[in-house]
Amino acid sequence: MIDFHLDSRSGVPTYLQIVQQVRQAIPLGLLASGDQLPTVKDVVAHLAINPNTVLKAYRDLDHEGLVEARRGQGTFVSSRVLPDPPRDVAGLQRELGEWVKRARAAGVDDEGLYALFGTVLHRMERAA
Amino acid sequence: MNAALETHGLGKRYGSRWALRDCSLAVPEGSVAALVGPNGAGKTTLLHLAVGLAPPSAGDARILGWSAREQPELVLPRIGFVAQEHPLYRGFTIAEMLKLGRKLNPSWDAALAHERIERLGLSLKQKAGTLSGGQQAQVALTLALAKRPELLVLDEPMAALDPIARREFLGALMEAVAEGGLTVILSSHIIADLERVCDHLVVLAGGAVQLAGPLEDVVSEHRLLTGPRGDADEVARVHAVIEERHSERQTTLLVRANGHVYDARWEVTPVGLEDIVLGYLGRR
Repeated sequence: MIDFHLDSRSGVPTYLQIVQQVRQAIPLGLLASGDQLPTVKDVVAHLAINPNTVLKAYRDLDHEGLVEARRGQGTFVSSRVLPDPPRDVAGLQRELGEWVKRARAAGVDDEGLYALFGTVLHRMERAA
Repeated sequence: MNAALETHGLGKRYGSRWALRDCSLAVPEGSVAALVGPNGAGKTTLLHLAVGLAPPSAGDARILGWSAREQPELVLPRIGFVAQEHPLYRGFTIAEMLKLGRKLNPSWDAALAHERIERLGLSLKQKAGTLSGGQQAQVALTLALAKRPELLVLDEPMAALDPIARREFLGALMEAVAEGGLTVILSSHIIADLERVCDHLVVLAGGAVQLAGPLEDVVSEHRLLTGPRGDADEVARVHAVIEERHSERQTTLLVRANGHVYDARWEVTPVGLEDIVLGYLGRR
């Protein structure tokens, strides 16, 4: 089962962080059709957030067709979701690992890593 | 929408000093409301007036439609109140506290109380005085929740807790909210925690309400305007300027925007809850 985590400094609204984590987990194969999302009660007890925040996230995911609420049972990854099989996730991770090692060797700290990655992503988005 | 707490012109005077003055607000049923403000802002006074622990000097307070002072029998069984520093009888064991709770409250949910104590990893034989601050807060919360209240009022429940105990406390509280049928009002000055758990905000300073409303609206309506040094007159004609700061070359305004801010002079950025609250507190 997926375990949500929050980055309170990211500036991304809490409900959106949950939405994004589900969205990202599906193509990576971490969540598959029929998998159950944690119950609202479990999420709020673990993250100490308002239940409405989780409900809003699950509702958004429902609207997107990624999950479906089954009355009295919980929320499940939609059976209509047929994700691309995770292509070369391991390879990408390995190459990113090499890149991180190089950056560290060059004296870039973790915060710098995020900043570098964010900058490049942002530039490519602009160029696109 | 029904209000769990509604006050009109509520005030409390101690001698010649007004601890709370002309306070009118409504906390909708089902919400988790944060009452924030510096020490001495009137938070405890407001909560005490609400639950009937003190008589008001002016105005009135209603809980679930009734006055706790005039009709305590209609209010008190339906509310839970955890006072500041969550006082417990130090010489009592947990078993004795649960027994007392059962004797005093007709709606006592013994199963819920025992289940929560067990999940906290506590023994019924432990005395309150031997518990850590976090455990005491959790036991006080358990006693309040086992009453199955419709409204739970918590005065600075996390003031003495470390970050981990705070997170566990709020997690337990939110779990109770997730079960439905519960309104929570809690006072605190730790804004970062409140932003995660609350959906309604009341900012109190100098004995007066500075800002009140749904948290989402509060955050979405406020903007930070940054621009070359200058006055705020033009902005103030359209938007409410809450706070202005001037440095040598730059002016920064916190505004409650009335719609979009169309003005090329200003760079407009969203602003976090903490900065919004501080802006209001700095204003008085």
